[in-house]
Amino acid sequence: MFPILSAVILIPLIGALTLLFVPKKSENLIRGITLLTAIIDFAVSLPLYCDFKEGTAAMQFAERIPWIPSWGAEYSLGLDGISLFMVLLTTFSCVVVYLATWTAVEKHVKEFNIALLVLQAAMVGVFCALDFVLFYVFWELMLIPMYLLIGIWGGQRRIYATVKFFIYTMGGSVLMLFAILVLYFQYHAATGIYTFDILKYHSFAMDKTLQFWLFLCFFIAFAIKVPIWPFHTWLPDAHVEAPTAGSVILAGILLKMGTYGFLRFSLPIFPDASVSAAWWVSAVAIIGIIFGAFMALAQDDMKKLVAYSSVSHLGFVVLGTFAFTLRGISGGIMQMINHGISTGALFLIVGILYERRHTRLIAEYGGIAKVMPKFAFIFIIVALSSMGMPLTNGFIGEVMILIGVFEANSVYAALAVVGVLLGAAYMLWLFRRVMFGDLTNEKNKTLPDLSARELTYMAPLIVMIFLLGVYPNPVIRKMDATVANLVATMEKAKVARLAHPAALAANLDMDKKRD
Amino acid sequence: MMTLKTIVSIVPLLAILVSLLAAFGIFFLRNLPNWREGCSILAALVKFGLVMSLYPLIRDGYTIECPIVAFPAGILPNLSFALRVDALGFLFAGVASFLWILTTLYSIGYMRTLKEHAQARYYVCFALALTGALGVAFSANLLTLFLFYELITVSTYLLVVHEETTEAYSAGTKYLTYLMGTGKLFFLPAIIFTYGLTGTLDFKSAGIFSGVSPFWVGLTLILFVVGVAKAGLMPFHNWLPSAMVAPTPVSALLHAVAVVKAGVFTIVRIVVHIYGVDFLSTMGLGAWMALFASITVVGASIIALRQDNLKMRLAYSTISQLSYVVLGVMLLSPDGVRGSILQIVAHAFGKITLFFCAGAIYVGIHKKYISEMAGIGKTMPWTMGAFTVGAFSMIGVPPLAGFAVKWRLLLGAMEAHQILIVGVLLGSTLLNAAYFLPILKTAYFDESADAAHQHEAPLIMRVALISTAIGTCLVGLYSDFFVSLLKGIA
Repeated sequence: MFPILSAVILIPLIGALTLLFVPKKSENLIRGITLLTAIIDFAVSLPLYCDFKEGTAAMQFAERIPWIPSWGAEYSLGLDGISLFMVLLTTFSCVVVYLATWTAVEKHVKEFNIALLVLQAAMVGVFCALDFVLFYVFWELMLIPMYLLIGIWGGQRRIYATVKFFIYTMGGSVLMLFAILVLYFQYHAATGIYTFDILKYHSFAMDKTLQFWLFLCFFIAFAIKVPIWPFHTWLPDAHVEAPTAGSVILAGILLKMGTYGFLRFSLPIFPDASVSAAWWVSAVAIIGIIFGAFMALAQDDMKKLVAYSSVSHLGFVVLGTFAFTLRGISGGIMQMINHGISTGALFLIVGILYERRHTRLIAEYGGIAKVMPKFAFIFIIVALSSMGMPLTNGFIGEVMILIGVFEANSVYAALAVVGVLLGAAYMLWLFRRVMFGDLTNEKNKTLPDLSARELTYMAPLIVMIFLLGVYPNPVIRKMDATVANLVATMEKAKVARLAHPAALAANLDMDKKRD
Repeated sequence: MMTLKTIVSIVPLLAILVSLLAAFGIFFLRNLPNWREGCSILAALVKFGLVMSLYPLIRDGYTIECPIVAFPAGILPNLSFALRVDALGFLFAGVASFLWILTTLYSIGYMRTLKEHAQARYYVCFALALTGALGVAFSANLLTLFLFYELITVSTYLLVVHEETTEAYSAGTKYLTYLMGTGKLFFLPAIIFTYGLTGTLDFKSAGIFSGVSPFWVGLTLILFVVGVAKAGLMPFHNWLPSAMVAPTPVSALLHAVAVVKAGVFTIVRIVVHIYGVDFLSTMGLGAWMALFASITVVGASIIALRQDNLKMRLAYSTISQLSYVVLGVMLLSPDGVRGSILQIVAHAFGKITLFFCAGAIYVGIHKKYISEMAGIGKTMPWTMGAFTVGAFSMIGVPPLAGFAVKWRLLLGAMEAHQILIVGVLLGSTLLNAAYFLPILKTAYFDESADAAHQHEAPLIMRVALISTAIGTCLVGLYSDFFVSLLKGIA
């Protein structure tokens, strides 16, 4: 069988290698090669969707090659109903991003594009890896280009933002590495086998206390990545300073790695700890939803506003995930995809304005709809999608999550709805301030409307917004079996937890009788 | 109980999509005013024709179904986007699409005489709002209904801020805050809760709530009633008076017919097909809800007394009259429900006539305030004649439409042994008279200051308002026809 996953990871790397041999001066050639690479990569990743079999939770397109036998590390890749969409989202977004960033970056174009391609390979790798070592390699590899993207091509306070980003994510990574190693040796102690195979750990029964601490390590690592309140403070800084391409990738894909981590590691490896942590994770998620939304309302910088809206939206994903219901988890995955599309599009929209005016302050704008009607049309669709307007993708995800959460806990659902409301408020208010009103600022009177290139890269996003909003079935069906399997695991853990006090009581009874 | 006859047809979907297509058509013809308006009128005629083509089926007691997208049964069982037409939806759709034809004619006169800006945007949004209204009428479940409900909110926002003045923008913000705020904060959770509790959102004639605990029944019902702020129930009614900054045809069709009726229609739909009339009566919640609606009936009328701006007085009158619909359906008696649904039709014709007249007066003599309208009965005889018909219908003078409604509502209140409601209905009739008759007195019996400068509105507008006035008479005279369609529902 053709190793399609390896191909999807390798193509961007090959593209990056090719770029090394292209002269620095021919910038358009460099951009062209990058874009072509992404298009080929996306085309190669499409069969993943078509050939993905529904109705099974097993890993598909699996590839296994021994790598470091003495450690038990393997080059092991595979996709299930969760990672499938993350990979597709990555390859899809990259095409859009490369097209969007054509004119945005003017210095060190070659290095910039190489960084993007390496980043792409690493991101796909993270979602496909089924081996802890491999996963960790990709996970760390991803940080380097991102670090460079913000640090070199970023805005005024880029160094501050880069360092903060790096410290936060490295801190999380170290905790995760520690937890992985503990797991590794525990597994050996229990079975006598050294292995880094992630799936083997899905059925590894551990002591409850150990589970809790390891869960916590993983949780913090992923919580920083998502980011969950109160680990979010690096995000607005990173977003504001990052170039448009960096922001789109950061919001569209990198943040998903946190929520993906919950689904791939936290829930299946530590089901008992997850179940007992659900109440505080949900509480923190709800705080994040409402806090992020209020912060978004208070921003006068467009990019910061969108960044805080991410905090709020990803709170929904976490809340849905930790509801442990079929609809909650699949709604969470759905919302990960939606957030990638809608928030990615929002950053592109901010980028379009920034390229024209070189400012992100909302107060600098107003009445833009009069000079840029096409832009206004695209913007309102994206804004409505982001706030969960029916007929757009955001609505489906939101409804699924809310139903899933309601089934687990009606109070959480009622609280989360406040976030839905605030989401509409900050989005519409942003739109109102930027697009409507009188065209007071002289500099805005001559802004050109969208170019053909800009329309070209916004178009697929708009199509996806409506497609997923009207007919999400193709996506939901593919994730069905995987999510059902995960929910079954969590149900078992819930039952075990409920049985736990009873068992304890029974033991006490026994003790009494003995006395 | 009738046998359930269903038939699958794509006509409801086409009827909804016609105006969506028209919106694109209007957009592409935006620089050719005659073609653009022609597109609007054509769409309105086709839409009405498609709705009416369903009449034989509705008369014979069929329910027309049109599934669009069913979500995967594994994760979202019993959830779909689907359409369904029964007599209730048919009546609302018929009225809305018929009045769209007249409103388009009227708009042409109004917008061109006043040389309004952004007319293309105006017609596009109008077409989108009608798409939403018909969608609400034809929805087969709450999910689909919510979709169209929100579409109405967004598309009408642009009509409310049409003038692009500071006043219009602040009214628009209020409009969105109220409608979208309640929609997201109460209506959406109510839908989520309903699905979580019952596992379906489909409209069924016996309701879907059987077996759910009274706590959740009560909670969701309250959420629905306050969440559907388009129905204009107090305390979430304030968006409607602010929306009056929009051009008058918008106030006429949308804020007297399509938008607000979508609201009360939704509440009727929920009471009849989500809870079921019989189920709710066993819960004993109807009486409380009817009293809640009574507060608005009386309260809004009292506020209307004090308004000098004609459109504002009409707006508060609308709020009051809309609550008859909610009040009627909450009586949970056959005549109450019938009267309630008939009110959707009757008030539509009566109130659109009144708004048409208000707009005609503005176009003719540029006056907004009732105190400035002295003597216009003589200078604008056609307009004021139609106004008189509309006002009498609101008061409930036989044989006009309003009387047919009030008669049934009174019967319904008696059937339900709600003497208090009988009092509310009679008292509100007095209030209706108290705020409408002074307008007629000013118009007919006061001396005009400058009769020489006053003249009638353009012919095309007069045609529209006289047609709706005649419609008001016909609805009153043939009210049994409308009620007879409802035999499967109430």
